[in-house]
Amino acid sequence: MKYLDEFQDPDLARRLLDDIHSVVTRPWALMEVCGGQTHTIIRHGIDQLLPDQVELIHGPGCPVCVTPLEVIDKALEIASRPGVIFCSFGDMLRVPGTGRDLFQVRGEGGDVRVVYSPLDALHIAQQNPDREVVFFGIGFETTAPPNAMTVYQARKLGIKNFSLLVSHVRVPPAIKAIMESPNCRVQGFLAAGHVCSVMGVGEYPDLADRYRVPIVVTGFEPLDILEGVRRTVLQLERGEHTVDNAYPRAVRPEGNPAAQAMLADVFEGTDRAWRGIGVIPDSGWRLSSRYRDFDAEHRFSVGDIDTREPAECRSGEVLQGLLKPNECAAFGTTCTPRNPLGATMVSSEGACAAYYLYRRLDITTAPLEASPVA
Amino acid sequence: MPETTQLTAVDPTAWTCPVALRDHPRVVMGHGGGGALSAELVQHIFAPAFGGETLSQLGDSAAVSLGGVRMAFSTDSYVVRPLFFPGGSIGDLAVNGTVNDLAMSGARPAYLSCGFILEEGVEMSVVARVAETLGAAARRAGVEVVTGDTKVVESGHGDGVFINTAGIGLIPSGVDIRPQRVVPGDVVIVSGDIGVHGVAIMSVREGLEFGVEIESDCAALGGLVDAMLAVTQDLHVLRDPTRGGLAAALNEIAVASGAGVVIQEGDVPVPPAVANACAILGLDPLYVANEGKLVAFVPREHADAVLGAMRAHPLGANARVIGEAVEEHPGMVVARTGLGGTRVVDLPIGEQLPRIC
Repeated sequence: MKYLDEFQDPDLARRLLDDIHSVVTRPWALMEVCGGQTHTIIRHGIDQLLPDQVELIHGPGCPVCVTPLEVIDKALEIASRPGVIFCSFGDMLRVPGTGRDLFQVRGEGGDVRVVYSPLDALHIAQQNPDREVVFFGIGFETTAPPNAMTVYQARKLGIKNFSLLVSHVRVPPAIKAIMESPNCRVQGFLAAGHVCSVMGVGEYPDLADRYRVPIVVTGFEPLDILEGVRRTVLQLERGEHTVDNAYPRAVRPEGNPAAQAMLADVFEGTDRAWRGIGVIPDSGWRLSSRYRDFDAEHRFSVGDIDTREPAECRSGEVLQGLLKPNECAAFGTTCTPRNPLGATMVSSEGACAAYYLYRRLDITTAPLEASPVA
Repeated sequence: MPETTQLTAVDPTAWTCPVALRDHPRVVMGHGGGGALSAELVQHIFAPAFGGETLSQLGDSAAVSLGGVRMAFSTDSYVVRPLFFPGGSIGDLAVNGTVNDLAMSGARPAYLSCGFILEEGVEMSVVARVAETLGAAARRAGVEVVTGDTKVVESGHGDGVFINTAGIGLIPSGVDIRPQRVVPGDVVIVSGDIGVHGVAIMSVREGLEFGVEIESDCAALGGLVDAMLAVTQDLHVLRDPTRGGLAAALNEIAVASGAGVVIQEGDVPVPPAVANACAILGLDPLYVANEGKLVAFVPREHADAVLGAMRAHPLGANARVIGEAVEEHPGMVVARTGLGGTRVVDLPIGEQLPRIC
């Protein structure tokens, strides 16, 4: 396995940066949709190296951040029940619900387990037939297909003690909602490459036309980001607004038809609430009626959840690109990864966490002296 | 909305919660992760309860004097799963971990105690194998296990075998290694590849395969420290970056010394297999545990010689300079990225969590 170095090469990065600097003639505001892209940008200091005219606005593409508090609270309620094994990807465990998180539920005796695949959760269900095993199925078009496959498998294998707490969301309706926001400043999008590797690019030309914005499918390594920025800026400077694939090593125009078929079989479209943003029409998936038996919300009757968002958390504005994390009064004071008010501060892909972890200190970018010894 | 988007420097000390552990009424896994939660547990509960000037130094080992002899004294507990992993076992860790804690104060490790907590039902052959590896590791490290203890807990109340070791060693005359001696200009050296042990453990514990087998770097570092001290006794700080990884070790040194630390991210040696595994899981190699590596802060004038001595030793063959102590941003660690940007390298909160996608 050798593929990381090529996409972090400082010389190539410098050439791309020079290109971007040479073509920019006026200010442009671009949104990177995905939280993984946000972290690459901040972790590698890419935002410090771009021309001042190119502003990167951090988008809503952090799956952990946009999961509604109500769903987190339902997860906490289910995970607290005796006889339940609650399985989740690691980065959901520290996300604050109303008053606590999944780590604390585990500390109180709940059986909360980190898994690396939903199929691991299904395996746990097979090994524990006398327990109810629930998998926390959140995320975008990237995590939805394996979760759909797991439910499909559970039914095929006749596994009755497995269910999915589902809160899946889709990117294109979010782009639409952002562009129709009265405060929208976004002029171009770096689309999330892994989403497109599943869904293809077919959903994007209409959006690019309708809102007259370039949409460039972009990967996640530093050179991917720089190439995405370069192509977006080139289009903007030329007055163009097309869909361009700058991530062809992973994204085919048609996407992954097998994954799409699995999604269509197991899920159906639904309106979905996004944490901090509100309900976006037709922006999510839920289990279709044929798979309702596997829906944890039905199985555990968690309708009466008392949900309270901290009033001072402005993560919704951060998720819509209306506010930079450090412009929030709570940033770094009452809101830290240690004591987060919102998911954007705790998620490994959250914009507030990225700023806190990597950019707290505004220091010079002047190069260090050469290493003092060989 | 504020008019400016300029980031401002914030006082990190102002962020500490003034009420002890208010948001964690119960212990969570992160309290043992070697990060901020672990530090708070010690600072808010253990240190006030135990008191004492020596303990307040909060080093990996305590430097104490008895009858005019300077000694290092340390203890650690080992709860690793699985008990045997590529490149080592809980027995190796139980020796090397405590030996390394002593060596990081410049002491020559001499004697160990060994306490076993066994879970009812664990196979006797497993206990015997662990004991064998522990004994062999002690002989390799040149230390003697001189006392011990055994307890058994009911089935379901342990993880097979837990081990506690304590160790004691002599600190040579003239050696004074502690974070307070760090001064701006000190050169930061690591003894070799970073993140190997943590990825090796993950690869077997979580059933993850990364294309190549990664073996733990578990090793006793007393000999390497001896080689460094033979060049100069004027080493300012040594630290073995175990839980919390290189990031936690550098942060602890920065906070304790009051210096800032700058590292060149591209100079930190990370093997491709570790980098790829971390990329897949969304982890940062700087935060992944090591077991046979050390980080040293060395006066600039001795850096060349110390580096040469390290490279001549098998456990320091890939030693590298990765940065320096600076006057700016006291108590903080900052990395220069490969592309020329900068980022803060923070103390981890608890354990790193694999991300969702």
